[in-house]
Amino acid sequence: MALDPKAQAALALHRFGVSPRPGSIAAIASDPRGALLAELDRAGVGRIPDTDLLPSGPAWRAAFAYQEAQRAARRAERAMQQANAQGTGASSEMKPADQPAAPAAPRRNPGPGVPQQIYLGEAKARFNAALGAEIGFVERLVWFWSNHFCVSADKGNVRQICGAYEREAIRAHVLGRFGDMLLAVESHPAMLIYLDNARSIGPDSLAGLRQKRGLNENLAREILELHTLGVRSVYTQEDVTRFANVITGWTLVGMRQDPARGGEFEFNPRTHQPGAQVVIGKSYPDTGAEQGRAVLAALARHPATAKHVSTKLVRHFIADEPPPALVERLAKRFLATQGDLKEVAKTLVTAPEAWEAPRAKLKRPGEWIVGALRAVGYTPPDIGPMMQAHHLLGEPLWRPSAPKGFADESAPWLDGLAQRLDIANQLARRVGGEADPREVFEEALAPLASTETRQAITRAESRPQALALLFMAPEFQRR
Amino acid sequence: MTSDLHAPTRRHLLLASGTLFAWAYLPKVARAEGRDPRLLVIVLRGALDGLAAVAPVGDPDWVALRGDKALTLDGKPPALPLDSFFALNPAMPNLHRLYKAGAATIVHATATSYRERSHFDGQDVLESGLGKPGASDTGWLNRALASLQPAGRAGGGRDAFAVGPIAPLVVRGPAPVLSWTPRRLPPASDDTLTRLLDLYQHTDPALARVLEERMGLATIARAGGMDAEQPRAAGAGQVRAYFAESAGTAARFLARPDGPRIGALAFDGWDTHAAEGATNGRLAMLLGALDGAIAAIETEMKEAWGETVVAVVTEFGRTARINGTDGTDHGTATVALLAGGALKGGRVVADWPGLKPAKLHEGRDLKATTDLRAVLKGLLKDHLRVVGTVLASKVFPDSAAVKPMAGLLQQA
Repeated sequence: MALDPKAQAALALHRFGVSPRPGSIAAIASDPRGALLAELDRAGVGRIPDTDLLPSGPAWRAAFAYQEAQRAARRAERAMQQANAQGTGASSEMKPADQPAAPAAPRRNPGPGVPQQIYLGEAKARFNAALGAEIGFVERLVWFWSNHFCVSADKGNVRQICGAYEREAIRAHVLGRFGDMLLAVESHPAMLIYLDNARSIGPDSLAGLRQKRGLNENLAREILELHTLGVRSVYTQEDVTRFANVITGWTLVGMRQDPARGGEFEFNPRTHQPGAQVVIGKSYPDTGAEQGRAVLAALARHPATAKHVSTKLVRHFIADEPPPALVERLAKRFLATQGDLKEVAKTLVTAPEAWEAPRAKLKRPGEWIVGALRAVGYTPPDIGPMMQAHHLLGEPLWRPSAPKGFADESAPWLDGLAQRLDIANQLARRVGGEADPREVFEEALAPLASTETRQAITRAESRPQALALLFMAPEFQRR
Repeated sequence: MTSDLHAPTRRHLLLASGTLFAWAYLPKVARAEGRDPRLLVIVLRGALDGLAAVAPVGDPDWVALRGDKALTLDGKPPALPLDSFFALNPAMPNLHRLYKAGAATIVHATATSYRERSHFDGQDVLESGLGKPGASDTGWLNRALASLQPAGRAGGGRDAFAVGPIAPLVVRGPAPVLSWTPRRLPPASDDTLTRLLDLYQHTDPALARVLEERMGLATIARAGGMDAEQPRAAGAGQVRAYFAESAGTAARFLARPDGPRIGALAFDGWDTHAAEGATNGRLAMLLGALDGAIAAIETEMKEAWGETVVAVVTEFGRTARINGTDGTDHGTATVALLAGGALKGGRVVADWPGLKPAKLHEGRDLKATTDLRAVLKGLLKDHLRVVGTVLASKVFPDSAAVKPMAGLLQQA
């Protein structure tokens, strides 16, 4: 079934991009595929040029300084309470007169702390990147890889660095080599904390011989199971353990150890398990940090990895049941180009299957929310409500419930349909006085929409109702 | 006090909804006359079925037109007689009481100059005051205000003026506007849900199934998405509470000595294509909620009620006949409901066009014989003292031929 050029353009925007803005469809209708390919070649695409955002090291240290100050304030308060309790009973009653300047500043709800401020600043930059994108294919690739290599702001001190993580490990390599992204990810403090490797200690290392704590296999297992080869593929439990040994010592600098470099990645030879390790049939001599890099490089080249990530890409962008021939083509390209992710992305959007598959996949909440905002050209002044909406729909930003990340299949997201209606209503009421639903429909959906959808929108009893129906239309939800 | 008037704040990003928009100045001329007039405009979005609100029970063609859906004086429940010809929907006892006391006027067979049948365009014309649909950033109420000389700022030195981002078009424009948003959200519209489910059932069965399950709407689905009685009954209390809170709070603000004098709010849900329920269904519920809103305004206005006019208007009417799904489709003429102690009320103003097929607009709608702009111009002129030339040029452009209706107010 060949689509006309406008429908192709609309499909390109909904399936591969972040949904149309007014004018988007017309802008790429002459050559939708070419427009997607051109975006991959645009200089600086995928980067966030916001100089206000802190790299992960400074963010880590700023958050630490804030937490130290909080701890000190709590200690001071406790000390004062104790002093008041045991000291002169009269002093507390006389306090107003006695202590004019020191009412111990009851600091309940002083606004978000530094970690949360950093997190929200990063979130805002991410939303703005999506709202401002022409097509947003590269943003979608960033979202995909960020979810493939997910961390969670809810773990430990990841909150203050999860945004920096995405910029430093994902965006920096989103059109580069998979092997480079893999190395950047697995050596990033956010990942080392999230999957517990920062405190994994080789049993026979200097530190391991002295204390009871030891090996933690979490990161090694998830690298093999989720990030590279795929579950039940070519590795065994022995491979997991040996790989975990390989990456002992991959940790971050402690704040007390070096306040100027606290939170940066370091290889700590004192916790590294000595000796050669055999991982998936190959022996790696103990070359310190290089040992882990060598294993990661081998994993990045492995055919099982090519197949695993190709399957996920196709499942995310094209179909819950990935067409095997398309997966095969992507995997081949992946291997032939040493994991060149730009080439893989090109292969994806030039494949006929990528355009012929029925529009059956439900947009993930983040895609849908950004799509609705783009359709009406509205940039919220405050991201609080957007964050709430993501949370309500089950996709809280950078907070997946497990290392597997948010589901690429449609089924789990169907549950949130009723909540989507609430959010559609709220957004429609917010912008409904000004946006003309008929124009929004023409600019965002018309080439793909059924007669029924067109009628439902044009016959709505008010603009807000029409917009809510538009956001909820099957053609706006599915891609 | 529930809340203060204020500029829209962050909280409203998600919660912004049916909002009161009010002007903060007192009209100077009226003030000089020793009066302190209040005007509250309520826009009913979706097109009110005027024949179901105020039925021409004396018209020999009425019952034939609507059959057992026709309001009659011996119906169950019986319509409330207004005069020898018209009767009010029984869901509106408060309006009936006010009418009998001379504090309510009904204008029938009225419409704006808009003769197509699009809600959006119809609402644009109703609220912009322009003769034709099209781009307008300002509404007639705001332009009327902008033409009035203020006699001093209301609101006790408050300077948080803001045009809310979702202000109804009727109050948008150059005159500064305050906003207040009720804590309560308007109930998520059953009507939107029904329309969405209907769309899914025709285009995406999987989404339809999920929506039915999640919203517990299996009952609606079995009845073809049309029979709304059971699920809607649960929402009626919410709708009533929302209407009453919005209108009552608006009145409390307008009643204050230092409060605003002019306000507008909008109520949704009047697009009754199916299972209209004029006497005991959805429309009766909505009219009852509106009746409660009018009662709340009267109560909260206290002594200021005597200087108040509430004007209830809608974008157009509905078809004279009932359609195939026990509802009515988009039509032309309808009613405007006026209430308030400042009115010289107790009458139905209508140049009745008749209901014979040849008398209907395009053979289907009640014909418009009174231009709604005449009614609104009459109110603005005699109540707020907006000058006639301004009314004909700025407030309702190109409307010189439409004379302000005289005699609506006690004090002309």
